[in-house]
Amino acid sequence: MSAVLSRETVASNDEAARTLRRERASAGMRYAILIAVGITMLYPMIWLVGASFKSNSEIFSEVGFWPSHFDLTAYAKGWKTSTEYTFATYFLNSFLIIIPRIIVTVISCVLVAYAFARFEFTGKKLLFSIMVGTMMLPHIILRIPQYLMFKEFGWLDTYAPLIVPSAFATDTFFVFMLVQFLRGIPRDMEEAAQIDGCNALQLLWHIIVPLLKPAIISVVVFQFIWTMNDFMGPLIYLSTVEKYPVSLALKMSIGATEEVEWASVIAISVVALLPSIAVFFAAQRHFIEGAASSGIKG
Amino acid sequence: MYENKRIGFLFVLPFVLGVLGFKLFPFVMSFALSFSQYDIISPPQFVGMENYQELVKDPLFHKSLGVTLAFVALTVPMRLAFALFIAHVLNFKLRGINFFRSAFYLPSILGGSIAVSVLWRFIFSQHGLVNIVLGKFGIEPVLWLADESWSMWTIVLLNTWQFGSAMVIFLAALQNVPQSLYEAAEIDGASKMQQFFRITVPLITPVIFFNLIMQTVHAFQEFNGPYMVTEGGPLHATYLLSLYIYDQSFKFFNLGYGSALSWVMFALVVSLSAISFWSSKYWVFYSGEKEQKR
Repeated sequence: MSAVLSRETVASNDEAARTLRRERASAGMRYAILIAVGITMLYPMIWLVGASFKSNSEIFSEVGFWPSHFDLTAYAKGWKTSTEYTFATYFLNSFLIIIPRIIVTVISCVLVAYAFARFEFTGKKLLFSIMVGTMMLPHIILRIPQYLMFKEFGWLDTYAPLIVPSAFATDTFFVFMLVQFLRGIPRDMEEAAQIDGCNALQLLWHIIVPLLKPAIISVVVFQFIWTMNDFMGPLIYLSTVEKYPVSLALKMSIGATEEVEWASVIAISVVALLPSIAVFFAAQRHFIEGAASSGIKG
Repeated sequence: MYENKRIGFLFVLPFVLGVLGFKLFPFVMSFALSFSQYDIISPPQFVGMENYQELVKDPLFHKSLGVTLAFVALTVPMRLAFALFIAHVLNFKLRGINFFRSAFYLPSILGGSIAVSVLWRFIFSQHGLVNIVLGKFGIEPVLWLADESWSMWTIVLLNTWQFGSAMVIFLAALQNVPQSLYEAAEIDGASKMQQFFRITVPLITPVIFFNLIMQTVHAFQEFNGPYMVTEGGPLHATYLLSLYIYDQSFKFFNLGYGSALSWVMFALVVSLSAISFWSSKYWVFYSGEKEQKR
């Protein structure tokens, strides 16, 4: 009897050891894959940061990312640009678009998401499906009529076409994300507050907004980066160089001459990416979750 | 209070106005414009089907359509395959998973920017990083941007590189697959491969479906990459429909023709989505819905 028992324990010990070994090997495999893919993916960007300090000739010969000596002339040259404005102007312009846009986006999207997640009203189902539908609509189809509309309003060559639509919750991806998030929040607190005599706006401000904070951070981060990246909008609506945001100014720096001055173009590209990278790392935990749970776009 | 229809409607009002003014109205107007000839200076003229008839004969449109379909057919599966594979590798109790997740996600956040397009153009230039690395392995430099057959790959790679957004969605789905299923399969002697294709994949088909649709819609609209990196060339080898629409509309101000082109793209996206939705009943499984119908 005891012999049988001990043989079984030995067997299961063996089994356990084998499983452990297999798991270690599997974890090793996973790390190897992740590191290999990670390096392939990120090396170009790391290399470019290094390249921005290199001289023009070194750029085109070295695989290593570490420059032989740090040279900041490319940065100075790129920042000055070949136009009469420096990149300080272009960055300021970008922020003049981004900040108002983020504010109106957050306000309008939270209001609309609140309505969808918590209220009953006529046509709710229809409106909701229209919202989901517009997420799948290729927006290029709307560009021409929107252009004509904004021309009619006298908005061409101003930032209004880039900001005003967002005040009407037209970035439906965000509404959808907020609705999904709100649906996952139990209503107990709201019910309690309601009994205490809170009205709908007080509820929104004192209960909903604090709970929605992680989702709102996601909205802010995405809107920041997407607006920073936006190229076609400014390209269509802005014509005065003085009003150009960073994306257009970068395009200009590469198109101005046939002989591209790579060192300075790269240096300024690195600078152009810095705000987005900073925002990304500051808020990454919150907003990757947000992106995953409602998940779209990119 | 939540039953109060007026309050609810008040809150949703901005969206109603926004959709009507900035989406629905332009949508209808674009359809109307596609039957007209309009150059902004003189008033639009109704020309019936002329724009569409012209399309059929337009060799540049044929080229652009073919290039777009090729781009979508290459990019979407590659992106999804990479995203799912890496998500699968990440879905394990690993230390530093958050670091890897962020690292893989970063390119899809920055990838749409002009700065990255500039960098890409540089990396793939004749003496760029890619060719330097290939040279170390003794491979002849490839004219990534100037060779008709390679330039498409430059754009496809730029887009595949941005698989992170689909990956985080896959990862969230994978983490919801109950662990007990794998334990049961393990006992039954199923290999890791079998577990992946028999348990993981079927259980996340709704997410695969979702990603497939969104990535397809997204791929059709790709603009910054081909516009900045290859400028649609060489010989229109990367002249995606979005570029053609942009040129016709905002460079030559053929707004009627541009609208017709964008409606062709819209029709393509809608029909592809419709096919996916129709086929989904054969391959997408929603958990909770047991196969009782058969």
